[in-house]
Amino acid sequence: MIYLEAGQYKTTYEDDQAIFPIAQDRYLVLAAVLVAFVAVPLVANEYWLQALLIPFLIFSLAAIGLNLLTGYAGQLSLGTGGFMAVGAYMTYKITTAFPELNILLVFIFSGLIAAAVGIVFGLPSLRIKGFYLAVATLAAQFFIQWLFNKVAWFYNYNPSGTITAPPREVFGVMVTGPEATATVRYLVALSLLVLFALAAKNLVRGRIGRSWMAIRDMDIAAEIIGIRPLPTKLLAFAISSFYCGVAGAMMIFLWLGSAETLAFDINVSFQVLFMIIIGGLGSILGSLLGAAFITLVPIFLINAPALVGVHMEVALERHIESIVFGAMIVYFLIVEPNGFARFWQITKQKLRRWPFPY
Amino acid sequence: MELLIQVFVAPFLDMAGSPVFLLEVIINGLLTGVMYSLVALGFVLIFKASGVFNFAQGAMVLFAALTLVGLIERGVPGWLAIVISLGVMVALAYAVERWMLRPLVNQAPIILFMATIGLNFVLEGSGQIAWGSNVKELDIGIPDASFDVGGILLNEFDIYAALVAAILVAGLAVFFQKTAVGRALRAVADNHQAALAVGIPLKTIWIIVWSVAGAVALVAGIMWGAKSGVQFSLALIALKALPVLILGGFTSVPGAIIGGLIIGVGEKIAEVYWGPVIGGAIENWFAYMLALVFLMFRPQGLFGEVIIERV
Amino acid sequence: MNSNGKETLLQVDDITLSFGGVQALSHVSFDVAKGEVLAIIGPNGAGKSSMLNVINGFYHPQSGTVTYKGRSHRQMRTHEAAAEGIARTFQNIALFKGMTTLDNIMTGRNLKMRVNFLWQALHLGPARREEIEHRRYVEHVIDFLEIQAIRKIPVGRLPYGMQKRVELCRALASEPDLLLLDEPMAGMNVEEKEDMCRFILDVNDEFGTTIVLIEHDMGVVMDISDRVIVLDYGRKIADGTPDEVRANQAVIDAYLGLSH
Repeated sequence: MIYLEAGQYKTTYEDDQAIFPIAQDRYLVLAAVLVAFVAVPLVANEYWLQALLIPFLIFSLAAIGLNLLTGYAGQLSLGTGGFMAVGAYMTYKITTAFPELNILLVFIFSGLIAAAVGIVFGLPSLRIKGFYLAVATLAAQFFIQWLFNKVAWFYNYNPSGTITAPPREVFGVMVTGPEATATVRYLVALSLLVLFALAAKNLVRGRIGRSWMAIRDMDIAAEIIGIRPLPTKLLAFAISSFYCGVAGAMMIFLWLGSAETLAFDINVSFQVLFMIIIGGLGSILGSLLGAAFITLVPIFLINAPALVGVHMEVALERHIESIVFGAMIVYFLIVEPNGFARFWQITKQKLRRWPFPY
Repeated sequence: MELLIQVFVAPFLDMAGSPVFLLEVIINGLLTGVMYSLVALGFVLIFKASGVFNFAQGAMVLFAALTLVGLIERGVPGWLAIVISLGVMVALAYAVERWMLRPLVNQAPIILFMATIGLNFVLEGSGQIAWGSNVKELDIGIPDASFDVGGILLNEFDIYAALVAAILVAGLAVFFQKTAVGRALRAVADNHQAALAVGIPLKTIWIIVWSVAGAVALVAGIMWGAKSGVQFSLALIALKALPVLILGGFTSVPGAIIGGLIIGVGEKIAEVYWGPVIGGAIENWFAYMLALVFLMFRPQGLFGEVIIERV
Repeated sequence: MNSNGKETLLQVDDITLSFGGVQALSHVSFDVAKGEVLAIIGPNGAGKSSMLNVINGFYHPQSGTVTYKGRSHRQMRTHEAAAEGIARTFQNIALFKGMTTLDNIMTGRNLKMRVNFLWQALHLGPARREEIEHRRYVEHVIDFLEIQAIRKIPVGRLPYGMQKRVELCRALASEPDLLLLDEPMAGMNVEEKEDMCRFILDVNDEFGTTIVLIEHDMGVVMDISDRVIVLDYGRKIADGTPDEVRANQAVIDAYLGLSH
């Protein structure tokens, strides 16, 4: 009953091609966005924002980025951490060199630089596929991490080797740095995520998304139809790296405040990969669900034993976490390769008929 | 300008200036390369027989070494500890077949690859929960002493490692070429369904090959563990086997060996002669870059087969 | 112009193709007139699919030229061939399994879509207009092949015969001048075959599309093609109207086997 679309006739192709063709979906998404923008800042405290919501938003963006490349274009990448680092370090360089430049613009510029780096490391995708390419992206991961670690210019010869978010205002409101409140940083991250998620959705439902999926599903047939593999894959690498770059910049400037290259090591790459596998390959919504899950599990593992009065060491929690994630990956690949996103669709199917199953 | 000289001229002058030292670097590189080959062998075995690119091979090395050291620490005699560890690796092979490979049969290779990434994390986590995550000494009685041969400094331990690798490779070659199981393995590698159709039990074959890969992982774990202690970073060292495989080709045992040697030597030379100029610690990425550049020119690796695409 | 006074669309001249030591095609020449339905027949392994792959640039022959629309190519490139209006279907269906029928067919319009990715990310103005304009054409083709009901279904879930039809639809969506069909009726039952024959003839009639097809069902070949070429062991052994080919001794030998 709830999801019954009967009576909603689409009379134009435009209506039929809308992002949410069903009215209920439109209301639901609208409501979610309203809650996120209005209710959450009123209710949530510093801890929830800093420990849960802001990292969720940032990782969602990174996950969307990787999903465009891996889920839609079918090019597996293990270099996400590296591309995020490019965004973070470039933002740091640009904003310390031009302090008066709007920090949000700096995010975009850094994303563009990350996109360029992504194109360079995407070039091998012309000749190699699958896990060969995955190994090639490992080169990006390790090289970029080493570069930012070894070349002092990237962290302004700071003796501690870290980069720190300087205070920057946007329209008179402090957005980064120690004085920026968690609420403001949350709202900025949320706005960026909503914008970029919408853009990603638009891309994947149009010509570009179709050519990505065509390359993913059968590259030879795609080529014969006239979809040129190299530009198509490189565009995927560029846009994906742009998203990851912006996410990396947000990670330092809206969340951690300061960090060194260790914050972008190979584990970050795996974490984001897990998000899209668990959330759903080839689904924007899935990226968000996966990011939520992966951000929640550690917090749950830390807090749950304490609730029942058991003390758990951090190291043990880490190991359990890695077992849980690993097992979930295998489970989802076996049972539901489309991840949480598919569960959501099934639920909607059921809700169409509920409470009258026949 | 000065930088250009430092990068493109000075290292070669250094090499020419002291050929004995260069030789020493090369030999040490070769010996490190042998260690990479040991890990890469496990990958090749599994890839050949099941078409699975087993990302978890590194974690298997760690897991095997942790199990062995954990047992020895608890007072189990060395030989028994090795036997029990082997048993654990066989049990692991069985579990992997039952709960991972069987449900995923006939899936795209990339799906299986991602599943092994999951396995990787399960093994890393459970190994460290069971045996603790602090660095452990592993003493297998090989002296870690250096000696001098005609002005070249060699490490006794590395020589033993090379010997072990040689024996292992010879053993595997015999196993693949001469035994009935080896023949069945090669048949399965060529075509799963055809192998099934002629009555080769796929399940058993997979368990055998994962067990053998587990045994290889144990050997690699013992050697690496004795060299640098049993610790989490073993799993990362094992990642180096990936570029080795790309150089050597995924399906070739000799390729794994030669790829390992090339990476070992290339890495050492780059670190010794170019490392100081561009900041050191380049061995973290050098192997991957080498593999990447190589892939651009020869995607199938040194010994891999060229694939003809058809529609 | 060829001897029949019809305009030549495609001319294949002295093509030789080999893989390693295997000779797939040797010195094959023929031409295709505009608006013609040409069938290529021959025993398995005669080089029929390889011939199509040479025409649309997927294989590059060792020698010989392909002249298409008056321009000679030593080697055709696949995307050039697609841009020049050569479309094809495949012996083993080559649809994009993760996508819906509609999306699959829309990929056929890809080459005709121009709007850059920034507009697409915004999905405003030109991007939206373009999407709707091409959707309109695709719906026209969908109507033509009578697959309206399966628009939104992922192609992986469709029955075999339907998938073949979607593949034809995707090829037609690109408004091809030359349509290459690799065994369009393989594995179909009689009814499906009849439908497919009707569609092929209709396409030829209504859109004026030139068609080169590979088919094993002789009844079908004799019924729908204007001309038949016979390949055997990579050589062309006959070329003519269906009746001429049927009477050709070399063809009869190739099919029935000849004691040497």
